[in-house]
Amino acid sequence: MNGAPLRPAVEVRGLTKRFGAAVAVDKLSLECAPGEVFGFVGPDGAGKTTIMRLLAAVMAPDEGSIAIEGVDAVAEPERVRSHVSYMPQRFGLYEDLTVDENIEFFADLFGISRKDRVDRAQRLLAASGMTPFRKRRAGQLSGGMKQKLGLTCSLIHTPRVLLLDEPTAGVDPVSRRDFWRILYGLRGEGVAIVVATSYLDEAERCTRLGLLREGRMLYCDTPTRLKTLMPGEILAVASPAARAARDVVAGREGVKGVILMGDSVHVVVDDAARRLSELQGALAAASVPVDEIERIAPSIEDLFVSLLTEEGE
Amino acid sequence: MNGDIGEIRIRADRLVKRFGDFVAVNDVSFEARRGEIMGFLGPNGAGKSTTIRILCGLLRPSGGRAEVAGFDVAREPEKVRETIGYMSQKFSLYNDLSVRENLRFFGGIYGVKGARLRQRFDFAVAMAGLEGREDAVVGDLSGGWKQRLALGCAVLHEPAILFLDEPTSGVDPASRRRFWDLIYALAGEGVCFVITTHYMDEAEYCNRIALINGGRLVALGSPSELKRGTIRGEILLVEGEDPGAMLEALQGAPGVRDVAPFGSSLHIVVDDAARDRAAIEARLAERGLSWSRIEPIKATLEDVFVQLVGGDGARASP
Repeated sequence: MNGAPLRPAVEVRGLTKRFGAAVAVDKLSLECAPGEVFGFVGPDGAGKTTIMRLLAAVMAPDEGSIAIEGVDAVAEPERVRSHVSYMPQRFGLYEDLTVDENIEFFADLFGISRKDRVDRAQRLLAASGMTPFRKRRAGQLSGGMKQKLGLTCSLIHTPRVLLLDEPTAGVDPVSRRDFWRILYGLRGEGVAIVVATSYLDEAERCTRLGLLREGRMLYCDTPTRLKTLMPGEILAVASPAARAARDVVAGREGVKGVILMGDSVHVVVDDAARRLSELQGALAAASVPVDEIERIAPSIEDLFVSLLTEEGE
Repeated sequence: MNGDIGEIRIRADRLVKRFGDFVAVNDVSFEARRGEIMGFLGPNGAGKSTTIRILCGLLRPSGGRAEVAGFDVAREPEKVRETIGYMSQKFSLYNDLSVRENLRFFGGIYGVKGARLRQRFDFAVAMAGLEGREDAVVGDLSGGWKQRLALGCAVLHEPAILFLDEPTSGVDPASRRRFWDLIYALAGEGVCFVITTHYMDEAEYCNRIALINGGRLVALGSPSELKRGTIRGEILLVEGEDPGAMLEALQGAPGVRDVAPFGSSLHIVVDDAARDRAAIEARLAERGLSWSRIEPIKATLEDVFVQLVGGDGARASP
């Protein structure tokens, strides 16, 4: 980011939360700068939602400290809440109110001026393709549209820190892109965004990612640098007989994993340069037609799956 | 097509569904074959679920016709329902019942009894990886287990066709891969799948994709066909220190048809990458923004989706 170093918007030290004998969050430390989009990724039960609740000061930690914009969240949860907007997985919409009435309600709750709320609501509703549904009751919206309305209501107030828990589950890609445009706009205004997600395309949009498992942050870095941790390299084999291609390459020397992807096979190998011609030869020998074999960059999902799968669930 | 893809299992011919004046499904035709995994993509409210409900024999089409497993969906809906399985995004499991009780319950619904139920029960438990957890209460299971159990329930009666409505909503990546392994195994045995998803990484797993917008089928093809053949213009990838500021600088800039954040970079749609690149670099330089990389790239499925669905002018830009 530009300019002098700023005070972190979110500063977490040694954060621990237990539920009975289970440790949901285990000595988590984290700094998130204004304008940063920090993503938490991890399997179910890794502690993503608990962390979001702790940061939103709706739950108190057992140990450790949280400062939001310099305010101690443990000592002064009420003051912290005015700096934070939190969108939980299931946003509390009023099903018997219309889309517009829900937005009004949340704008009132956060004390947003009339002018600001009108501009902002228009922009958010247009972005999500919800403008034609302003008079519809929330209870009659589809799951994806409810999610979009939840996001609209959480964004109607622009706090310093935005906490989003699986914000776009069930939301279509066009609306998702539009929401990310809005989030990038907020970044530009210096808002810090913390998002928990299970989805690769969302994770790739974060400036930094923390990979969680069993409450611990195993890795934390930019998506680009995280991808350098990928064990092995990936060759994509495009073939009209993808299943046959998979069966030919699986188990060969140097092949560490094979993933069928529609009309192609992703082959994780120890050394792409060396294995490419070997695989080509093996596929030709087995008369499996191949459109193209090329080395591709691993995705964040490739990385997480390879770092996490050996542990099982 | 793959060698194990065979005869036609779903044939939709000019399907139309109206609700009053609203046309939810508008002249949709496609075929899906044995062993094929067909992805339904489209914005919320595009008509995906309505089409699936027609194909499941739950809604009568207003026009056109559809055959599923050789049965006409309007005339023989009961026969259709016997040959299909359906799994919704909510997984439709009973959270306060055990794994065993859920499987027995769905076995009862699908009329699977006696020795066959025992055999299918074992199959479903093994498929879900739930051996030894048959008495666990479903509400205590993680999303990945629930998802695999819901699939187990949907295949108890050995359906030839499976409809999965956003089956991986809220499931973590490792469980999602395991789930797709199961889908591929079943497709390998000949099951035909229709799967709706909003996630492009999942759409990549499908053999063919039907992209639906405003009730119409706007594109149909394999993921590679869609990426190769449907985009107007070319895509330039731009990486730099401050993608937010770059996004703002490039929105509406000369030569830029569209710009969107993609991962930690931006995807810019231009008419001609070679020609428009200079204008983009000039614009960034003028705003004092530095970039580490600008290069033409292949379109991703998301680029295709956004152009075909978002480019209809119906959507105001933010």
